[in-house]
Parts: sequence; structure tokens; C-alpha cells
Amino acid sequence: MAEYRLVTPLREEDVRRLNVEDVVYVSGIIYTARDMAHKRLIEIAEKRQKPPVEMEGSVIYHAGPVARKLDGEWEILSAGPTTSSRMNKATPLLLKYYPVRMIVGKGGMSREVAEALKERGAVYCHYTGGAAVLAAKCVKRVAKVEWLDLGIPEALWVLEVEDFGPLIVTMDSRGNSLYERLELEVRSRLEGLLRG
Amino acid sequence: MSIVEEAAFQSIKKASIVLPADVKSSLQRAYEEETSELGKTQLKAILDNVVVAEQMGRPVCQDTGIVSFFVRGRSLDYKGFEEALRRATIRATKEVPMRPNAVHPLSRRNSGDNTGVHIPSITYIYEDVDFVDLTVTLKGAGSENMSALYMVSPGEGMNGIKRAVLETVVRAGGQPCPPIVVNVGIGGTVDLTFKLAKVAMTRPLGARHPEEEVAELERELLALVNSTGIGPMGLGGKITALDVKVEYAHCHTASLPVGVNIQCWADRRATARIYPDGSWELLS
Repeated sequence: MAEYRLVTPLREEDVRRLNVEDVVYVSGIIYTARDMAHKRLIEIAEKRQKPPVEMEGSVIYHAGPVARKLDGEWEILSAGPTTSSRMNKATPLLLKYYPVRMIVGKGGMSREVAEALKERGAVYCHYTGGAAVLAAKCVKRVAKVEWLDLGIPEALWVLEVEDFGPLIVTMDSRGNSLYERLELEVRSRLEGLLRG
Repeated sequence: MSIVEEAAFQSIKKASIVLPADVKSSLQRAYEEETSELGKTQLKAILDNVVVAEQMGRPVCQDTGIVSFFVRGRSLDYKGFEEALRRATIRATKEVPMRPNAVHPLSRRNSGDNTGVHIPSITYIYEDVDFVDLTVTLKGAGSENMSALYMVSPGEGMNGIKRAVLETVVRAGGQPCPPIVVNVGIGGTVDLTFKLAKVAMTRPLGARHPEEEVAELERELLALVNSTGIGPMGLGGKITALDVKVEYAHCHTASLPVGVNIQCWADRRATARIYPDGSWELLS
């Protein structure tokens, strides 16, 4: 369980060094994206157009913030992670089209995503579910917001963060998944408990 | 504005921002007792978040849930009682603010104010007391979605009850944001089974059932759930649940329903006590 402080844009070699159970704090720029923003990012790539943000070394955060505009400036009130498994289908395509280096969410993702992370050199990190105010506190500034037509939660928020974390690496770039390992352990314990 | 509306509004506001004292101390104890390093990082983040939410006056989680009221007492002689609870919900949604979560189940259209048909839900519990206790709970979807009803074969008895709880908790894994609270209704008919689980939800953590046999079952189920190793946020560890609470009712001789309702770590509830003279107070 090593601890790392990383600054965006993330470099592939830094990400490939991370192991399951490592703790990471990220500073720099991150993008929020949920179901709709994933869909749009993929459509843009398939039309061979350019997305409105730089994707090289990027961090995608599965979150739909609660935001309000005060004196012309956006403020993030709450930015907890949403359940990542909803993005299982879109993520292999996202990773195919864009050099994303880190995905942050809660609950983990599928084997297909684990394979895509391995092939493309990226990791999946867990952020504590429900720790919404803590996450919002790491946001120093809203650099910009794209695709507000999707609604505030589904828009692509470009957030400047400082020491965003603790993020736990739960799927690394070698195909390891903490979720798969723990599920096997828990299921075998369950059998023992039920036999009593 | 009516007394009931004000009492309900203040209860919702408090529940969304400040966790009950029993939940806070239980989370603190979980942090001290957890031995998994990863588990500890999660409990630390949860505790920090609880403090910051309170300091900044913001909802402890962005999923401010579905609003449910539990009304205990014998006198419901307040004109427009339910309308006052609806108005309080609408006002809290705007002023706290809370995320509008209530949608029509078929069209999925969001009402925008956390009210709708039968929502906020209101459960009346007769108690022979001279006041009315109005308890509000805010329940997020991540944990509610993990609920399960088991129609256990009466022959399987106690083993069937344990299997229902353990299988539900293991299937849920890290998804309901553990450490969870498991609220279990045993017996009754299915409507009553889940009502009992929800009534258990309003009981403070650590407060055991008054009957020793049931209290012992609660302790045993808690030990079993914490033997699964799911741990905080499902990242492994010994604290999977903060508590298991059980309520029961007699049931048909040929039936043994077990309703398992999972609550996330953000176990949000608050109670206002309303007196016959029209005064009221928020209970701590």
C-alpha cells in the first residue's frame, strides 16, 4: 500500500507503476463524466471530431456534481462518486478512442474494463461513496463546463483539484482487480458461514 | 406556517446535514476497531466528510434520498397533517437544498420537489403517549436497491433467517456503501414484514430489541455479517455492518417471511416531538 501524489496530465509510465491497494492523491485538472458525457465523447470520436477538452493523460471522474452559480462563478457544493458499473459498456470504447489514464468512481468495473485498462495503460480508482462534501472541498476552481445541455449532473465539468483523494487503486494496468479477488474470498467465507 | 410543517422541515434539514449521535459514535468506533488499512482509509474519509458537512451546513451525501415519515402517538388530531409534511418536504428540497429524487415510476418524470403519489411516505404507529413523535428518514437508492424478501420455508427456521441476511449482504457487497446497517423484519405478512424492517431502521444503533431472544439474534447476525470480510466500501475488512436490528410479528403457521433492508453508512434520521399544547422540540 504505497502512497503517490500525481499531477495531471498523467504519464503512462507513472500510471503503469501503480498497484492494486495503492493510495493516490491527484492534483490538477479532472473531468466529470457520467452516462451521457460518455456517450457524447464516443460519438465525437466516431465522427472523427475533436472533443472540447484535452484527453491526453486525463482523469475521468464518475460523478454528477451539485453546482450553483454565484456572481458568475460556478461553485461545486457536492461531488461524490456515482456507481461506476453503469459505464461498463462505454468505457472500453472511451479507452480505445482517448488516452485516458485514470478513471475514478465507486463500486468497481467489469472484466472487460480491466482488460481495456491493461491494454491502454490506465487504472481505475475508488473514491469513498457518499463523501460528497469532502470531494467538493478538494475542488479549487471550476475551470470550465461543457455540455450543460445535458443537465448539471451529466455535463462535463472541468475541475481544478488539489490533493483529490484518498483514491484507492482497485484495478491496475496489469489486469488485476481487487473486486474480483475479494468477491472470491467473501463467497468462500459465506459458504463456511452458512454451513455453520 | 403550521407547527407540524415547521417541525417536519427542521427535522428534514437536520437529518440531511447532521448524522444522529449514535451513528457518529458507531462510525468512530468502527474506525478504531477496523484493522484493514484500506478499510481505515474509507472510514477516515467518511468521518472527515461528516465533520465537513456539519461545518459547512451541506447534505452529508449528494443522494438525499426519498423522504419517509414515521408518526408515533395516539393523537393525530392535526388538521391538514399530511399536507404539512408535503409542504415541509418541498421547502426542505429548495432551502437545504436537497437533490430532487422522486420520479413517476412509469414515465420516470421527476416531480422536482421530492414529493409525488404516496411520497413522502408516511407510516403511522399507534403508541399510548401524550405527544406525537415525528421521525424522518432519508434513504438513498444505492442501499435501498439491495433489499430482498425471502419466503423462508418454516422448516428451515433460524438457518433460513441467517441465510436470508447473509446472502443479501454478500450479494450487495460494496454497492450499498458499507459499513451498512441491516434492518430485518421477520414474520407477518409481506407488507408488515418490510414495515417492521423500516420500523427497526428508526431505532438507534446499539439499542437492542427488548426481548432477549431477539437481542441475541441481532448480536449473532451482526457477528456473522462482520465475518464476511466485505469491509468498509467493500474493499475488505472486519467492519461490514455497524449494526443489525430485528423486529418481528407472528406469522402464518405455513410461512416465514424475512425482509432484509440495507441502509448505507449515512443513516440519516431525526425526530421532532410535538406536544398537545402546540409546542415542539427536536430530539437529539
